[in-house]
Amino acid sequence: MRKMLLAALSRVLQGPAAARTGAVSEVAQVVVASRTYADFASEATFEIKKCDLHRLEEGPPVTAVLTREEGLHYYKTMQTIRRMELKADQLYKQKIIRGFCHLYDGQEACCVGLEAAINPTDHLITAYRAHGYTFTRGTPVREILAELTGRKGGCAKGKGGSMHMYAKNFYGGNGIVGAQVPLGAGIALACKYFGKDEICVTLYGDGAANQGQVFETYNMAALWKLPCIFICENNRYGMGTSVERAAASTDYYKRGDYIPGLRVDGMDLLCVREATKFAAEHCRSGKGPILMELQTYRYHGHSMSDPGISYRTREEIQEVRSKSDPITLLKDRMVNNNLASVEELKEIDVEVRKEIEEAAQFATTDPEPPLEELSSHIYCNEPPFEVRGPNQWIRYKSAC
Amino acid sequence: EPTEPDGVRRPRICLIACLILREKHTRCAPQVTVRDALNQALDEELERDERVFLLGEEVAQYDGAYKISRGLWKKYGDKRIIDTPISEMGFTGIAVGAAMAGLRPICEFMTFNFSMQAIDQVINSAAKTYYMSSGMVSVPVVFRGPNGTSAGVGAQHSQCFAAWYGHCPGLKVVSPWSSEDARGLLKSAIRDDNPVVMLEHELMYGVPFEMSEETQSKDFLVPIGKAKIERPGTHITLVSHSRPVGHCLEAAAVLAKEGVECEVINLRTIRPMDVETIEASIMKTNNLVTVEGGWPQFGVGAEICARIMEGPAFNYLDAPAVRVTGADVPMPYAKILEENCIPQVKDIIFAVKKTLNI
Repeated sequence: MRKMLLAALSRVLQGPAAARTGAVSEVAQVVVASRTYADFASEATFEIKKCDLHRLEEGPPVTAVLTREEGLHYYKTMQTIRRMELKADQLYKQKIIRGFCHLYDGQEACCVGLEAAINPTDHLITAYRAHGYTFTRGTPVREILAELTGRKGGCAKGKGGSMHMYAKNFYGGNGIVGAQVPLGAGIALACKYFGKDEICVTLYGDGAANQGQVFETYNMAALWKLPCIFICENNRYGMGTSVERAAASTDYYKRGDYIPGLRVDGMDLLCVREATKFAAEHCRSGKGPILMELQTYRYHGHSMSDPGISYRTREEIQEVRSKSDPITLLKDRMVNNNLASVEELKEIDVEVRKEIEEAAQFATTDPEPPLEELSSHIYCNEPPFEVRGPNQWIRYKSAC
Repeated sequence: EPTEPDGVRRPRICLIACLILREKHTRCAPQVTVRDALNQALDEELERDERVFLLGEEVAQYDGAYKISRGLWKKYGDKRIIDTPISEMGFTGIAVGAAMAGLRPICEFMTFNFSMQAIDQVINSAAKTYYMSSGMVSVPVVFRGPNGTSAGVGAQHSQCFAAWYGHCPGLKVVSPWSSEDARGLLKSAIRDDNPVVMLEHELMYGVPFEMSEETQSKDFLVPIGKAKIERPGTHITLVSHSRPVGHCLEAAAVLAKEGVECEVINLRTIRPMDVETIEASIMKTNNLVTVEGGWPQFGVGAEICARIMEGPAFNYLDAPAVRVTGADVPMPYAKILEENCIPQVKDIIFAVKKTLNI
C-alpha cells in the first residue's frame, strides 16, 4: 500500500511533461531518497530452472527464497570478483602480471552460489581458473592481486602465482588438468575418516572431464562412498576446443555413470545454490558421491594469451552478456522484487571499485619477496639446510 | 668391534651351541627378514598414530603382493588398510589429497614401475605443494614399494627410479638395504611431514639380518639424510644403495684377502644425499667407486661424482672416480643376459682393481 502511495505521489510531483522525459523534480527526488530500509521486502521467492537429473528420483527444488541481506551479499561478492578479474586483465596487459592468468568473469554465479550452500568447514579444490574461489574461500582481494603481481604480500608470498593460491580448507589452484580430481576425492576420504560430517567439493572443467584419472576417481569415490561433490564447470570450451569437438558425450552430468548427477543452470546463482544444497545433503547422508554439471560461460579467452574469438563469435559472447549475465540477473531480480534499489546497488558498485583500486595499489607497490624466500618451504618441519643455487658457490639457507 | 660385514648371514657360535644343548636362547640378536622388519614397522606405526593408513593394490585381503602387509588388514580393518582398484594415477592422487587434509597415508606401488603412471601426482601434487603454497599446505605421504631389478621379470618390470625421484626438490627419497635400514627408514618416513619415496628391493625382502635389541625398539628411527659406514676401510671408498650394498660387502671380503681394505658406505638416503660422509671417506682412502643397480646416464653415481668434484674431496682423489651400474639397456629376460645387466661382485672387484691400478 505504502509502495503504491509513494509511486503515485512521485508521478504526481513529476508532472506529465516530466513523466515523458523522465526528469524528476526536486521534491520527488527528496521523496525517493527518503525511502528507508523498511520499504524493501525482506525476501522474495523466485522460480528457478529445473535441473536435468541422472539416476535421481527427485532433484533440487524449483523455487528459491532470497533474502534482501543474502542478495546484497551475493551481489557484492560477484561484483567484487568481476571487477577483480577485470583489474587482473588490466594489470596483465601492463605486464605487471606475468605467465598464466585464467580469468573467471562470467562464471561468478558458480563460486558464489556454491559457497552459499556449503560451510566454511567444508573443503574445496579446483583447477587453475581459481581466483573466484580463492576469494569466496576467504582470501582478501589485495592478497590475490599481490600474488598475481608476485609480491611478498601475496597469499602464497609470491611463490605460487595465479594457479597456486590456497586458503583454509581450500586446496588451490592446481595447474595440471584433472590432477585435482583425485586429490579432491582424497580430501573427501579424509572427511569420512575423521567423521566430522564435512564434505569436499571437487571442481573441474569440460576439458578435464575427459581425463582418465577422473574416471578412476569416480570409481573409487563410488566404491568407498566418499562424501565428494564432483562439479563440472562446463563453460563450453576447453581452451580452443568446443565441447562438441572434445567429447563423444557432452552430457557431463551423466559421465559419472553409476554416480547420480544433475545439470544446473550455472548462470543463475540461486540455481547453483539450491543444487549444491541438494548435493551436499546427499553426501552428508552417507549416500556417496554426486556429480553436478554447471552450465556456465567465460567472457575472457582461455587465458590472457587467448583473445577468445578464434573459436567462438563475438556475437555469441555478446549474447551471453546481454541475456545471461549472472550479476545482471541477480540485480534485475532484486530490483524488480523490491529487495534493493538501483541506487543502492550502484553504491555497492562504487564501493567495490574503490576496494579493487586500493587492492591494486597494494599489489603494485608491495615489494617482491626477499631472495631468502627462494629456499624456504622446500620441506616441512625440517632443521635448516643448504640449498644449491645456479652454481656451486651460490648457496641459500633453507630456514623453514 | 667385529670387522665382518654385518648383514651377511652367519651362524653364530652361541646359536649353534644352543641348538646342541637344546636350550632356549635369548641373548643372541634375532634374525629378521627385511619383509618382517617392514611388516613390524608398519604395524607399530599404524598403532602409534591413527591418522596413518595404508592403501594400494592387494595390500589388505591378499596380505600384500609381496606379503609386506601380512596380517595388518585382519588387525586394523577396512578403514586403515585399503585395497584399491588398478588405478595408480587415481589412488596416488587420493593418497596425496588425504595427506593434504591431515591424514598420513602410506601409498604402496606394487612395483615402482607402475608409479610412472602416477608420477605427476608424486611430483606436481605432492613434492611441490608445500613450496607453491609457501608452507600453507603440507603433504605427509609415504610412497613405497619394490624398485629396480627382480629375477626374470623383463624390461617393463625392472627399472630403477632412484635417479628420477632423486632429481626433484620437495621429495625425500630413501633406499634401504638391511632389515635395520628398512625398519628405521620406514618409521622415519611415516613420521616425516614431507612426501617420502621409499625404494625397497624385492630380492631383499626374504633376506634375514641380525637385529639388535636397540633396533627392535618401537621408537628406533634411522635418520633420513644420513649414510652409514657398513665396513670401515683404508684403501678405497665404495658407495652404494639398496641390494648392491651386499655385493659391495662381498667384494670387500674377497679383496680383503688380497690386502685391499674397502670402506663400504650404505647411502640409505638418495635425497637429501649425505655427501659429507662420502667426502670424509675419500679424504681418507683417496679412491672412489660408486655402485648402483640403475642405468648409468644421469644416475646416482653420476651425481656423486659431480658433487665430489665440487667439494674438498676432489683434491684427495688419486684416480678418477669410477661408476659401476646396471648395463645401459632395457632388461632382457634370458638368465645369462639378465645376470650380465646387473652389477655383480666380480664387476665391483674389477672396478676397484682398475681404480687402484692393481
